[in-house]
Amino acid sequence: MADIGKKTARILVFSTEKISDPAIDMAGLLKLHYPPTVYTISIPCSSGVKTRWILRAFEKGFDGVFIAADGSDCPYGESCTEKTGKIISRTQEQMKKLDIEPARLRMAAICSVCSDSFVKQMKSFNEYLLKNSNI
Amino acid sequence: MNKKIGVYICHCGGNISDYVDVEKVKESIETDEGVFLAKTTMFACGDANQKEMVDDIKKNELDGVVVASCSPKLHLLTFRAVTERAGLNKYNYVHANIREQASWAHSDDKPGATETAIHLVKAAIAKVRLAEPLYPFIINSKKAVAVIGGGIAGLRAAIELADMGCPVTIIEREHFVGGRVAQWDVLFTTNETGKEVVTKLYNEVIRHDNIKLLTGAEVISNTGSIGDFTMKIKVTPRYIKEKCNEGHLLKAIAVCPVDVPDEFNFNITGRKAIYHNFPSEYPQTPVIDIKNCTRCGECEKICPSVDFSQKEEILEINVGSVLMATGFDSYTPADGEFGYNQFENVITLPQFKRIIDLNDKKLIFRGKEINKIAYIYCVGSRQIDGENKYCSRYCCTSVIYAAMQAKHKFNEINNYHFNRGIRTYGKQEVLYAESLKGGDIYLQSYEDAPPTVEQHNDKITIRINDILTAKKEMSVEADLVVLVTGMVPRADNSVASLFKLPKGRDKFFNEIHMKLRPVETVIDGITICGACQGPKNIMESVNSALSAAIKSFSYVSKGELELEPIIAKIDKDLCTWSGTCAEACPFDAIKMVKDEKKDVAAINNSVCKGCGMCLPVCPSNAINLIAYSDNEIESMIDALAG
Repeated sequence: MADIGKKTARILVFSTEKISDPAIDMAGLLKLHYPPTVYTISIPCSSGVKTRWILRAFEKGFDGVFIAADGSDCPYGESCTEKTGKIISRTQEQMKKLDIEPARLRMAAICSVCSDSFVKQMKSFNEYLLKNSNI
Repeated sequence: MNKKIGVYICHCGGNISDYVDVEKVKESIETDEGVFLAKTTMFACGDANQKEMVDDIKKNELDGVVVASCSPKLHLLTFRAVTERAGLNKYNYVHANIREQASWAHSDDKPGATETAIHLVKAAIAKVRLAEPLYPFIINSKKAVAVIGGGIAGLRAAIELADMGCPVTIIEREHFVGGRVAQWDVLFTTNETGKEVVTKLYNEVIRHDNIKLLTGAEVISNTGSIGDFTMKIKVTPRYIKEKCNEGHLLKAIAVCPVDVPDEFNFNITGRKAIYHNFPSEYPQTPVIDIKNCTRCGECEKICPSVDFSQKEEILEINVGSVLMATGFDSYTPADGEFGYNQFENVITLPQFKRIIDLNDKKLIFRGKEINKIAYIYCVGSRQIDGENKYCSRYCCTSVIYAAMQAKHKFNEINNYHFNRGIRTYGKQEVLYAESLKGGDIYLQSYEDAPPTVEQHNDKITIRINDILTAKKEMSVEADLVVLVTGMVPRADNSVASLFKLPKGRDKFFNEIHMKLRPVETVIDGITICGACQGPKNIMESVNSALSAAIKSFSYVSKGELELEPIIAKIDKDLCTWSGTCAEACPFDAIKMVKDEKKDVAAINNSVCKGCGMCLPVCPSNAINLIAYSDNEIESMIDALAG
């Protein structure tokens, strides 16, 4: 059982409709629990996330942003991992300038059946944010 | 902006409402800007609720609808259809997933699940507030399909398309049809030979007015997109006239001085430069392999059908859809892998199958009679260190059947199977049982302790710690070692890059969704089937070929097509043409155009796939993805953060 009422980090997940959405849905189906303050926005491909969306999330009070990347499963092409990685690098540079800790932005490849991996990522990110960020 | 929004929150029986307080969700959102009505419902997808939604939309002139229920994978299309039935554009519908991502994910924390659901519904309302009606693009679609590959999948798909009244062009790179299946002798379950199966298909292909068969043909360029692909095809001549005298030809083959490894027999035999693979192969006219021909002229002296004046041709065809059936290659073991290319009598499964076919009465290899055969499974499949993590599916059945064939056809054959667990799934299990009954010996190991192969004085010894006998070391002295090699993608898959066809992590062609859209690719209008998509047996290849044929036909049958309007959109005022968007686009959908006084980016609507890769690289933020614009995404972020 969850520790009901215990503070958890607010995490915004950019997830992809064809790859990581099914994994996140399956995590629910299997009742693999993760913090209830994890919210998902679905997009077609992780290489399409804009830096301004991530910065907006921090500005509005999210503690962490997680990009559930398509990785090598991306149906749009093999360059997805590299392109998503560049978005992270560029955004983390911006975050430094804005005095936002870069580690509050994470990315990991979440395949369409990677429910366990997604839940582990959310739990460890939550723990990290609770421990290391001023939230 | 002043929308009248209807929100429906589903109990899903108790799947949602057992954990999420749906009434609290309703109360929390019913005063949100734009919400005109908010209801809870026992089953949103039920007929009664769907009818109620249609009535609500019509009666109240709603122009935005949200349903908070299960995953959109299940019912997004259901509720889009409801809005359409009520006369509302389907893109004015937004789905909130409060089952998989709220009630079930947080069933251990009911207040937490309720809060999650409230935020998800608020985000959906924020998005629908900004949603605009969208309309599909209508384009013309040429009623014709190109089938690339004339193996069993390509031939079967072509016949199906032609039967539906669709003109088809089969483009086969080799000079003969049938692909891998033509190389196999007797096939399991039907006891037909591969040649017989191919003959049946070929006879249907040639009788069909709707099918044009090109052999020795390769696609060399492709332009266009769904509905209108234009391909250039290079056709290499056979250098032999169509109507020729068989007797003369046989003599011409006999005098040819060239001897090159015969790929049809996986290089265990040689062939001449003028050849056909077997007497009844289709098309029946032999071929001169011009790359290896020395032009000595001996064949011309004997056979008047030889015609070196034939020229390579470049054809152009225009089709509405392309069906890929380019097949597979067999894995070639690395030098020294289980003694391959190190010890003489270590061969692969495809080579073994050809040897069975080529021998009669006695099984002879390299001049010696073979009696004891060891089969080492999963070579090139289920690799621990290599990249081929997948199971090749067909090989367990294929090798067991080949081993039984060897036993039936030749005297005194003893079979030893060094396996990692037998996967003769489904009906093929009876074959395994029969093999055991026939006395074949099965020895098993885990992947981290495979068998070893050594050679001493002409004898090959295979050792294994057999897990079926408590890891006791067993050894077999064999006359022949057969490496049960799996399937790998074609070494030359250059045709894929012409169509920008994505590959998966296993390097086979990638479908959109393995279960729900198994023959479609993200390149609209291009379908995939057979073993170019991943390991399959013949039955599975033909199943997928029939699916792909139907799907390809659906793209061209009406003569026009509706395309999804979710594509990138350029703000010309903001665009200063950096070129980064065009570099980022994997589909060449962005080009520079002149707009009054400056250069700007322009999207080709029928090529753009809506991936959004161009969005984050634009230095002037001049690109938005329709339905995922900055306003929509940021309003959702604001709602989730609230």
